[in-house]
Amino acid sequence: MKKVFRLENLDCANCAQKMENGIKKLEGVQDCTVSFMSQKMTLTADDGSFDEIVKKAVKLCRKIEPDCVIVLK
Amino acid sequence: MTGKQKKTLIRIIVSAVLLAAARLFPFEGWKSLAVYAAPYAVIGWDVLWRAVRNIIHGQVFDENFLMALATVGALATGEYPEAVAVMLFYQIGELFQSCAVGKSRKSIASLMDIRPDYANIEKDGQLVQTDPEEIAVGDIIIVKPGEKIPLDGIVTEGKSTADTSALTGESVPKTIYEGSDVISGCINQSGLIKVRVTKPFGESTVAKILDLVENASSKKARAENFISKFARVYTPVVVIAALLLAAVPPLITGGNWSEWIHRALIFLVISCPCALVISVPLSFFGGIGGASRSGILVKGGNYLEALAAAEIVVFDKTGTLTKGVFNVTAVHSDDISESRLIELAAYAESYSVHPIAKSITEAYGKDIDRDRIASSQELSGKGVKAVIDGAEVCAGNGKLMDEIGVSWRPCHHTGTTVHVAVDGEYAGHLVISDEIKETSAQAVADLKAKGISKTVMLTGDSKETGEDTAGKLGIDQVCTQLLPAGKVEEVEKLLKEKSAKGRLVFVGDGINDAPVLSRADIGIAMGAMGSDAAIEAADVVLMDDDPRKIAKAIDISRKTLRIVRQNIVFALGVKLAVLLLGALGMANMWEAVFADVGVSVIAIINAMRAMKLSK
Repeated sequence: MKKVFRLENLDCANCAQKMENGIKKLEGVQDCTVSFMSQKMTLTADDGSFDEIVKKAVKLCRKIEPDCVIVLK
Repeated sequence: MTGKQKKTLIRIIVSAVLLAAARLFPFEGWKSLAVYAAPYAVIGWDVLWRAVRNIIHGQVFDENFLMALATVGALATGEYPEAVAVMLFYQIGELFQSCAVGKSRKSIASLMDIRPDYANIEKDGQLVQTDPEEIAVGDIIIVKPGEKIPLDGIVTEGKSTADTSALTGESVPKTIYEGSDVISGCINQSGLIKVRVTKPFGESTVAKILDLVENASSKKARAENFISKFARVYTPVVVIAALLLAAVPPLITGGNWSEWIHRALIFLVISCPCALVISVPLSFFGGIGGASRSGILVKGGNYLEALAAAEIVVFDKTGTLTKGVFNVTAVHSDDISESRLIELAAYAESYSVHPIAKSITEAYGKDIDRDRIASSQELSGKGVKAVIDGAEVCAGNGKLMDEIGVSWRPCHHTGTTVHVAVDGEYAGHLVISDEIKETSAQAVADLKAKGISKTVMLTGDSKETGEDTAGKLGIDQVCTQLLPAGKVEEVEKLLKEKSAKGRLVFVGDGINDAPVLSRADIGIAMGAMGSDAAIEAADVVLMDDDPRKIAKAIDISRKTLRIVRQNIVFALGVKLAVLLLGALGMANMWEAVFADVGVSVIAIINAMRAMKLSK
C-alpha cells in the first residue's frame, strides 16, 4: 500500500533526510521518501501492518523533529 | 512572513539592541558575562532548549546541539560578545533561509496552479458552484469567460477560445465550438460555453498532471542520493575532527587550551550540511516546475538528471515527426486543371471510407452533390470506378490503370499515388502522404546543436517514404518497414552502440510504442493530452506535439544539473576552506557562521534559477 502524507512545520532539510532514513529501516516498510520541498511523505509498506507502521513513523518523526507533525487523513 | 518568522525577527532586533548596549559597558569578569547573557538568552533560548530536548531523544549530531555547544563553548572560553554574535548571525541566516525556501515553495506551487476550485452547474435555473469531484460523467457544466475549465468534456453549446498555456506552454489560444473536446486546466477566454463532462475528476487531465508532478519529487536523482549519503558521514566526521583538534595539539605541544578549543568550536559551527541538503533537491524541484510550465512533465529528478546525458535520440515517425494525418501533398494533372482533377477524384472516392479517400474529399473541401454520381464501385486493393456527370472516372493505383488499359506515369514524389482516368484517358494523379510537422526539421537541428551525436528514425513505412522523410529532416539513420516488435530490437541494438555514460532517448506518440518507451533509458511521449497509456509508460510527457520541446527539455535538464554542480562545489569549497583556515587559526567564528547559513542562503537563491525559463 502506498500513501502520501502531508507534513506540517518541517523546517529543516537535514531532519527530513534523517526521518526518511529512519522510516526506511522500520520493519515492513518497502519505501519511503520525505520531500522537504513539497512537505510530503510518501510511504509504501505492507498492507497488513500499515497502520502499525504509520504509528511508528509518527513516533520516529516526533523524536527527530518534535515540531513537525505528520497529518493523518 | 509567517508568524513564526516575525517572532524570530523581533527577537533578532531585541537581541541586537541589547548586544550593542552591552558593548557600551566595558565590565570585567562576571559582570561582563551578566551583561552579555541577556542578549544571548533572547536569541538563543530556543536553540538551547531544542538541543537539550533532542539529546534526550538520542539525536546528538543535530544542528541545534552543535550551535549550542559552539556558543556555550565560546562563553566558557570568555568570548562573550562573539558567542552572542554567532548565535545572532545564525538566527538571521536561518530566518533568511526559511523565507527563501518558503518563497520558492510558493512560486513553484504557483507554476502548477491548474487545480480548478469549482464547477458551475445549473440547478432550477440558477448557477451553483460545485466541487469538481462531485460532478458525474454526462453532467452539463457551464464555464464562464475567464474561468478554468474544471473537467474534461465536449462542448455542447457556445463558442470561445481556450488558453492552454498552463498545460502546454503554448501561448496561441485554441478555438473551441460545439463538438470540440476541451481539457480541464485550460482557461476559457471569450465566451460562455456549456460542456458535457466525459471523465470524472479523478481521471481528468488536470488530476493526472497534478498527481504526476506531485509524485515527481519522490523519485530522486543520483545527485540527491549522493548528497543524502554525504550528509550522513559529513557531520560525524567534522565533529570528530573538532574533538581531535581541541585535544590533540595542546596535549602534544602543551599549548594554550582555550585557543584550540576556540578553533574546534569553529568546526562545530560549519558541521551542518544544510546548504547541500536544501539546495540540491530544491534545484531539481525547480527544474521540474519550470519544465512543467512549458508543457514538459518530467516524472522524477532521476529522469531530469538522465536527460542531460542524452546521446542518441530515436524518433518514431508517424505522429511524432509527422502529423499522423494523411493529406494530399501534390496534384499533377495532364490536360485538365488541378482543381478539376481533385474534384473528379473526390467525387469518385466520395462513397469510400478509406483514409486516403477521406483525405481527397477533405482536400476538395466542398460538399459532394450526390446527384451527380450515377454509380460507384469499389475495387478492393485497386481503387474505385464511378460514373460522374455521365463520364466514367477511375481512381486508384497503377494496377487499376493497367486493368483498364490506360497508360500512366509514376510520380517522383514519395507517398501513395492515386491515378485518375476519365473515359479511358489518363487525367493525372494525386500524391497523398503524411505531412511532416513544420517544427520537425528545427527540432532535429536543435538536438544536433545540443551535441546529440546521433538521431535515428524508426518507421513501419516503406524504404522510400522513410528515407525521404529522414533526408528532409537531416536524421542520421533510418530503420524502415519495422513491425512494433522490430522497434524494440532496433532500440536494443542502439543501446549497445552508445557510450557507457550516454543515454538513449526514445520519442513516440504513445500509441503502440509503450514497450519501446519503457525499454529506452528515457521514454518521451508527446501529444499526450488525454492519452492515458502514454502518461503511464513514459518518463517524460510532452503536453503538446511540438518535437522542439525535446531539445528544450534537455536544455532545462542541463541547466538544472549545472546549478546543482555549482552549489555542491561552492558549498563544499567554502566549508572546506573555512575548516582549513579555522584549523590554522586564521578564521574566526563569523566566517564560520557565513560558511554555514550564508552559504545556504546563496545556494538556495542559486537553486531558484532552475525554475526560471530561458526563452
